[in-house]
Amino acid sequence: MLLRRQLSLAIRRPIEIGNPLVFFAIVVALFPLGIGPASEQLAMIAPGAIWIIALLSSLLTSDSVFRSDFDDGSLEQLLLAPQPLYLSVLAYLCAHWVVTGLLLALVSPVFALMLNLPAEAVGTLMVSLALGTAVLSLVGGIGAALTVGLKRGGMLISLLILPLYIPVLIFGTAAVQAAVSGAPVGPFLALLGAMLSLAIALGPLATAAGLRISIDA
Amino acid sequence: MTDSAVGESLAEVKDLGLVRGGRVLFESLSFAIRAGELWQLEGGNGAGKTSLLRILAGLSRYGFDGLVSRAEVPLYVGHQAAVKGLFSARENLSWHVSGGCVFADEQIEQALQRVGLCGFEDTPSHALSAGQHRRVNLARLFLSEARLWLLDEPFTAIDAAGVSELQERIGGHVARGGAVVVTSHQPLHVDHTVHHLSLDGARIS
Repeated sequence: MLLRRQLSLAIRRPIEIGNPLVFFAIVVALFPLGIGPASEQLAMIAPGAIWIIALLSSLLTSDSVFRSDFDDGSLEQLLLAPQPLYLSVLAYLCAHWVVTGLLLALVSPVFALMLNLPAEAVGTLMVSLALGTAVLSLVGGIGAALTVGLKRGGMLISLLILPLYIPVLIFGTAAVQAAVSGAPVGPFLALLGAMLSLAIALGPLATAAGLRISIDA
Repeated sequence: MTDSAVGESLAEVKDLGLVRGGRVLFESLSFAIRAGELWQLEGGNGAGKTSLLRILAGLSRYGFDGLVSRAEVPLYVGHQAAVKGLFSARENLSWHVSGGCVFADEQIEQALQRVGLCGFEDTPSHALSAGQHRRVNLARLFLSEARLWLLDEPFTAIDAAGVSELQERIGGHVARGGAVVVTSHQPLHVDHTVHHLSLDGARIS
């Protein structure tokens, strides 16, 4: 039910869904201009570039997960609600992932084409993005929960969670690069899946604790 | 609402003390809120009424001395309306974050009617006035099954007719074996004993 609530909230503010995608498209379009249109060069940096942009757009949006609920008092009510906070937080972050990460993964073939990524790597790119951005959303939730009480938490949130984003970036990029060079991608995707399992198990707990602290202060 | 024995303790406070900004707001405060009781917290601005209510609700869990125990999850209505501007009044209630239980459409319609929002059920909330926002939130008083209500300034921005309606509702809840703690600067007009807890020097009468 909370998931439905968050999703309908997001759909009524389409600009917030569109923003990360537009950001993504702009940066991808700038790469050929900055590096030069040589297709081999672009193909070489494509896996890393797409992943870095995905990470940044997730970072940009994670600040807003709990912000409006904190401002209008809904967050207080959420903390008092009888259902376990773990599940509520999971629903919030799941909704965040659907409108940012999953959407990004779905349209990523377009961006892969713009950067001349070999066609055989596109499937891996989508799967790795879908898995990886879910981890990013869950980890980003921890930062968002801790900084929701601050007026300008944007910088702090980056400092707090960027180190935790790095492993996702490394293995996400490695998966796509492996696909490009024809190496098996299974191990990298399995590692991303393992990170996701860990994030699902522990992330919402940390986020819930962070929210309690933020509301208490 | 389950009928509860009058006198059953719904929340208890032992030796509660709170210091904010080097000022003692209250100390060694002990009382129990029992079913069928109506409490009014009084005190000037900054006396600690909201802080005490948040401690009772369990929103503040650190930074105070003493013990607080609750029998169940209370219904807490705070200063902020917790109403989403993008949702209509109906959606705000049926998708309320503290949900847990899902309300039938008729129940929500009835509750909105009781708070005088008949005809505004499907208006997006950002088109409603401040008082109407508060009313959407207060409609939860007609839906909730919680026995203990903690109401922080529930009459703010509500017109005179609405205030008397609300007081009637509060009186009705207490008569049915619920318990209500209200912070308000207005005197309550209910046919019920009101326990006054004044935080200016922390007296219980």
